[in-house]
Amino acid sequence: MSTQFSFHGGVHPPENKQRSTGLAIQTAPIPAELIVPLSQHIGAPSEVVVAVGDSVLKGQVIAEAVGRISVNVHAPSSGKVIAIEKRPVPHISGMQAPCIVIETDGKDQWGDHQGLDDYTAISKQALIDFIRHHGISGMGGAGFPTDVKLHLGDDHIVNTLVLNAMECEPYITADDMLLREHADNVIKGIEIIAHLLNPHHVMIGIEDNKPQAIRALELAAKNTSLNLDIIVVPTIYPSGGEKQLIKLLTGIEVPSGRIPADVGIVCQNVGTAAAIYEAVYEGMPLISRIVTLTGEALAHPHNMRALIGTPLKTLLDAAGVNKQALYRMVIGGPMMGFTVDDQSIPMIKTTNCIIAATYAEMPPAPPANPCIRCGMCEQVCPAELLPQQLYWFAKGKEFEKAKHHNLFDCIECGACSYVCPSNLPLVQYYRFAKAEIREEESEQRKADHARQRFEARQARLEQEKIEKELRRKQRAEDAAKAQAVKKDKAELHSESEQTVSAEPDLKTLKTAAAVSRTKLKKAQKALQNAEEKGLEGQDKLKVTVTELEAKAQAAQEAYDQALNAPAVSEPVVDIKQLKTNAAVARTKLKQAEKALAKAEESGEGDLADLKAKLVEQKAKTETAQAAYDAAESGGQSPAQDSAKLDELKAEMEAALGKVEKARKALDVAIAGSSPAVEKMKLGVEKLQSKYEACKAEYEKETSQNSSVTIKPLSAEQIAALKVDAEALQAKVAKAQTALDQAVASSSPAADKMKAGVEKLQAKYEEAQACYEQALAPSTESNTSQLDELKAEIETLSTKVEKAKSALVNAQASNSPAAEKMQAGVEKLQSKLDQLTQAFVQAGGVPVELEPIDPKVLKQQVSIMRTKLKKAQTALDEAEDDNQSELKAEVERLTLAHEEAKVKLDEYEKIQLDKAAAEGVDLKQLKVDAAMARAAVTKAERAAEKAREEQTDDLTDIEQQLIVAQQKSEQLNQTLSRFTD
Amino acid sequence: MDYILIAVLALLGLALAFGLLLGFASVRFRVEGNPIVDQIDAILPQTQCGQCGYPGCRPYAEAIANGDAINKCPPGGQSTVEALADLLDVEAIPLDGGVEEEPVKTVAYIREDECIGCTKCIQACPVDAILGAAKQMHTVIVSECTGCDLCVEPCPVDCIDMLPVETTLNTWKWDMPKPGVQLIVTDLRGEVAEEGTA
Amino acid sequence: MALIRTSSPHLHKAVNATDVMRLVVLATLPGLAAMTFFFGWGTLINVIWACLLAVVFEAIVVKMRKRPLGFYLKDYSAVVTALLLGLALPPFLPWWVTMVGVFVAIVIAKHLYGGLGQNPFNPAMVAYALLLISFPVSMTSWTMPFLMVEDGQSWHVMGFVDTFKLIFSGIEPAMIDSYSGATPLDAMRHRGGQTTEEVWANAPVLAQGMGAWHAVSAAYFMGGVFLIYRKVLTIHTPLAILATLGLIAAVFYAIDPYQFADPFFHLTAGATMLGAFFIATDPVTSATSNKGKVVYGIGIGLLIFVIRDWGGYPDAVAFAVLLMNLSAPFIDQYTQPRSYGHAKAKRGMKGGA
Repeated sequence: MSTQFSFHGGVHPPENKQRSTGLAIQTAPIPAELIVPLSQHIGAPSEVVVAVGDSVLKGQVIAEAVGRISVNVHAPSSGKVIAIEKRPVPHISGMQAPCIVIETDGKDQWGDHQGLDDYTAISKQALIDFIRHHGISGMGGAGFPTDVKLHLGDDHIVNTLVLNAMECEPYITADDMLLREHADNVIKGIEIIAHLLNPHHVMIGIEDNKPQAIRALELAAKNTSLNLDIIVVPTIYPSGGEKQLIKLLTGIEVPSGRIPADVGIVCQNVGTAAAIYEAVYEGMPLISRIVTLTGEALAHPHNMRALIGTPLKTLLDAAGVNKQALYRMVIGGPMMGFTVDDQSIPMIKTTNCIIAATYAEMPPAPPANPCIRCGMCEQVCPAELLPQQLYWFAKGKEFEKAKHHNLFDCIECGACSYVCPSNLPLVQYYRFAKAEIREEESEQRKADHARQRFEARQARLEQEKIEKELRRKQRAEDAAKAQAVKKDKAELHSESEQTVSAEPDLKTLKTAAAVSRTKLKKAQKALQNAEEKGLEGQDKLKVTVTELEAKAQAAQEAYDQALNAPAVSEPVVDIKQLKTNAAVARTKLKQAEKALAKAEESGEGDLADLKAKLVEQKAKTETAQAAYDAAESGGQSPAQDSAKLDELKAEMEAALGKVEKARKALDVAIAGSSPAVEKMKLGVEKLQSKYEACKAEYEKETSQNSSVTIKPLSAEQIAALKVDAEALQAKVAKAQTALDQAVASSSPAADKMKAGVEKLQAKYEEAQACYEQALAPSTESNTSQLDELKAEIETLSTKVEKAKSALVNAQASNSPAAEKMQAGVEKLQSKLDQLTQAFVQAGGVPVELEPIDPKVLKQQVSIMRTKLKKAQTALDEAEDDNQSELKAEVERLTLAHEEAKVKLDEYEKIQLDKAAAEGVDLKQLKVDAAMARAAVTKAERAAEKAREEQTDDLTDIEQQLIVAQQKSEQLNQTLSRFTD
Repeated sequence: MDYILIAVLALLGLALAFGLLLGFASVRFRVEGNPIVDQIDAILPQTQCGQCGYPGCRPYAEAIANGDAINKCPPGGQSTVEALADLLDVEAIPLDGGVEEEPVKTVAYIREDECIGCTKCIQACPVDAILGAAKQMHTVIVSECTGCDLCVEPCPVDCIDMLPVETTLNTWKWDMPKPGVQLIVTDLRGEVAEEGTA
Repeated sequence: MALIRTSSPHLHKAVNATDVMRLVVLATLPGLAAMTFFFGWGTLINVIWACLLAVVFEAIVVKMRKRPLGFYLKDYSAVVTALLLGLALPPFLPWWVTMVGVFVAIVIAKHLYGGLGQNPFNPAMVAYALLLISFPVSMTSWTMPFLMVEDGQSWHVMGFVDTFKLIFSGIEPAMIDSYSGATPLDAMRHRGGQTTEEVWANAPVLAQGMGAWHAVSAAYFMGGVFLIYRKVLTIHTPLAILATLGLIAAVFYAIDPYQFADPFFHLTAGATMLGAFFIATDPVTSATSNKGKVVYGIGIGLLIFVIRDWGGYPDAVAFAVLLMNLSAPFIDQYTQPRSYGHAKAKRGMKGGA
């Protein structure tokens, strides 16, 4: 068997192989500690399935495959898992990676393991899975999981199976010795692989420097039925490179960037074949391998069968290392292997050789001369590249050019560096360039990705904006439609002077009101026009105007009413409504009278008609008035849902009462330094939580109802909350006093009490927040924002509490860290205060509608609170000497705070009550006022224009303006009545 | 007189002809979009960090195309400046602010126990790399984070750190070989002369 | 225990740049011996003088560039440059002309471009061309080979001392005249309308002295073969030069034997062999890939013939080599080898010039 093919280049480094073939394969000692890295190959690291402290048996799975390119990891020997941590692994970087460390027990006790009786009996998939579960990965090069390669038959036509027995690197003899001693196993392993891949032809490539191995192989191959050729090739480095081997044996080149399977070839290492044999026939997972120990620093260079995870030190010691002479430790061959500097590094599945070299054997590379472009590298390059060009490009960081010169076809065999007369570290340059290019590419990918995401985000934001706009438009349209639909209804209602329907749609009503107003204005304008020009039909117009005026008013009032109306209540019993109705009727009556008088004066129009109308109107007014009176005397009728709410509220109040009672008891207990304080505290807390649950439910209920804002109810709620807050405040004050006393009397319970005070304080704050929150929705503020803020405050306040209690403890135990903790607490506290303030401010957004005074008040309150807290912190921190002073300060501040608080509350209450009492929605009023002002401005502008253009209808416009001004004035007055 | 007329007419004719030609060319060969902006944008690191003073990488690319300085991108470092100089055929200038070395790549990390779920960082993130909802703890999708820093400032509780990207076995890479012999004086001073090799 | 950590490979072939240079020096020795034998001591003196100067210049420049002196002197590259220049120069060239030449070669053509490995032009040939243009008379007067001396004595070249004196004092021009004469290429160039046959008959250097040139060429050839055998050179460049030159000369000789010299004359006269094996193969300035080297060699062969037959200077190796040096980077771009796994070789250069 000879080969007619060859590949370009190649070198003949001194082989130094016979040194380690003198002895048969020995079994390496079991080390005290096995270090099994989780990632022994390309692909995802396996996932640990044992825990520290677990006992494992030999062959037991200790880490499971994750993803496709991954295999299981097994315990190489029995023992106990003592650590799962980062350890140095065999990698050129010298970095650490997660490993499972097993303390061996020396028994080397096997777990369950069983081979397959007949591997042809099970499906190929099952067989491949079997191999995967036994942790078989390539034992020659990068350690690629073997099962992936065995799957290649699925989507590729595999014609040729190439077995790599070249072992072209100097020094290494692991495969040589394996073939010499276990050629049968290898052939059987090949049969398994062939069974899976079903190739037409199997070739074993072996270099002619291993005559004994060749003989053993030939002998073993006699028994096989495979179409198998053993091809002996001349020794040249790097004939064992996968692509070079394929070229050598078949004359086919694997296209750049493709895998051999793309040309119908699969390449496997003979070591892998042997491992597959062991797994399939004997059920032995890949937990040991043959490794060559060689190098001049070893007294007995030979091959060993060693467990995966054995530290190099154990192996080197077994081979009689001369530590003084050891200069360089290489894992792998001298051409492509890498150096390691730590003897605790374990061997892994791909470790085929360990070279312990002396200085004389592998001296450091002499200093590099400049490249003289001698071209020797090009002559030896097995990939037919231009190594020196690549060198220049790598050095100059001209990576584009390097790529163009096929840098990525470089197999890093080291032949160029080997022959380089200038001793340039060429391979390192290529590795550097490759890494840079890969990084650049990945960065570029990442940048592109980021750009995409950025653009997607921009698009999304844009889209949201557009959608918002659309929604807004949609709403406007809907409103317009609804208005059109409701128009008749509204007219009907107003004409018949009926009370507004039971389900007042606020929006619709509002639009209806607006429409009526507009109509009125138009009619007025028309009327004026007509009057000026002395046109006919003035009377009709006048009537229309009057009618419209009434309608507009009615609509407006209906809207206002609806806005202020309590929940969906029966219209007949709505006193307010009735009252308004009566008022409206009266107004209409007056208007009708006026119209009649006018008509009479001018002696025009249908007097009779008007009179009749007037009479009608009178009757209506009377009816309305009567209804109102009746309703008023009948008293209020309860709202629909209020019963349930009341129930809840009662429950809540009961809970609150309990809480308060318990608290009082607790306070007393604390004051008396009773031993039951702890228990009581727990009880109080329990009660508190119950109360809170109740409250939450209540609030939920209320918020459900609040879709139709119930003013009186929410006011009540607010009041309740306020009461809560105040009660808590009082508690705080009390507790504080108790604490002061305790501190003064140097009671041992002081610390605990302090914590209690703090807790109370926090609760108070919470309640306060609740209250403020409750206030907020009643004025239709942005609840979500408030909620957020509240959450923040709560988180912070709990943190503050924790920190404070920790601090107190620390202080109590005179811990030196107290100082630091104090600072931390202060920081947190200030942040909390800041947030609280922000919250208050946010809560105060709707309050902006009110005059500035309450805002200032609120701010003062929050500022005082902050001061109070600070003072308390100071008190906590203060040593005994100036405590009393601080205490006084705290008390003073507390008082001031409370005062301010009460003032504020009062004020707010007055405001709300005042507004509520008159049945006027402040906000609505404000909006109306603003609208009126806008109308004035518009009218002014129109007047201006008219004046400039000297148009006829100037007076008309001016009149309009005056009307608008009047209206605006009126509204403003009303508004100012409520808001000053 | 005739000569003058002829000359004037001839020039007019020429002007007309060339005007038409130019007009035609500008219509016929019009370039859609601005390819140079795309090219510049492709070089920029897309951190969208805004350190250049523009709201994102693309606006800066547009600004460069309109003549802004090319050295305002700290995340890209000197290499980006050089790439831009190469593309635009202008002088490579040192990075604004004089940061000489390549910037360390970082990713944001949220200390999750401290996160209060305010969503401020989510709104700040230009590449939607932060996951979370209001009042829920947030976290950074490391693979999407560009290390732009923009989320750090808005965080009300300062729970976001910018951590340098750790080198792992997978991302470890070879360095350029150090010169085996000290070639010139500057080498001895440790200023390994990259400009000499470029 | 401090174990070192380095990149693979961990083995190195025991050949370094110094060894390569030393082999080149060794390979020129037969040629030097032949020159000395046929043309007297002048060549040897020139070579030694040039080498001395080269080492001195190199040392000065390396010192000025503040780089380690010993490390750079050890690489023999300056010596090789000087050696090749010395071999190419006429034997009786005055010392200062040689000095100018070496200065140009080492300081200007080599170090000003960045030193070893960075120079785009062959330093020896830059110096030679410069001298040829600056000092045409000195540069074209060769000694007569001793074969031509008619007094019957077999060994009649100028003595060592006389030669030494001649080179270093330059006082006795008459003495030069008695020993100097044209080279065969000169004779061919300045034949004044004679046919080739007439020139051969009339020019004594052709009629009688050609044997000396043949012998010198043979010696260089031997040296070249030695270098190829030792894998210092690849065969591509020399073979391409010689084959091209021989072929084109043969074609023209076949067309018009009266006008053109025979191919054997072209291959053996002047510096053809020296150029083909020692000068054109200078790795720094030649093309990189094997294919490129062939193209480069063909170019040199063509240019040698063209310049010899139609140019203004008698010998053309220096100009041919320099011109091809100029185009070597370009050749490199278009002669990348087809790498393993690629259907086609790549062309040109990506990412800028």
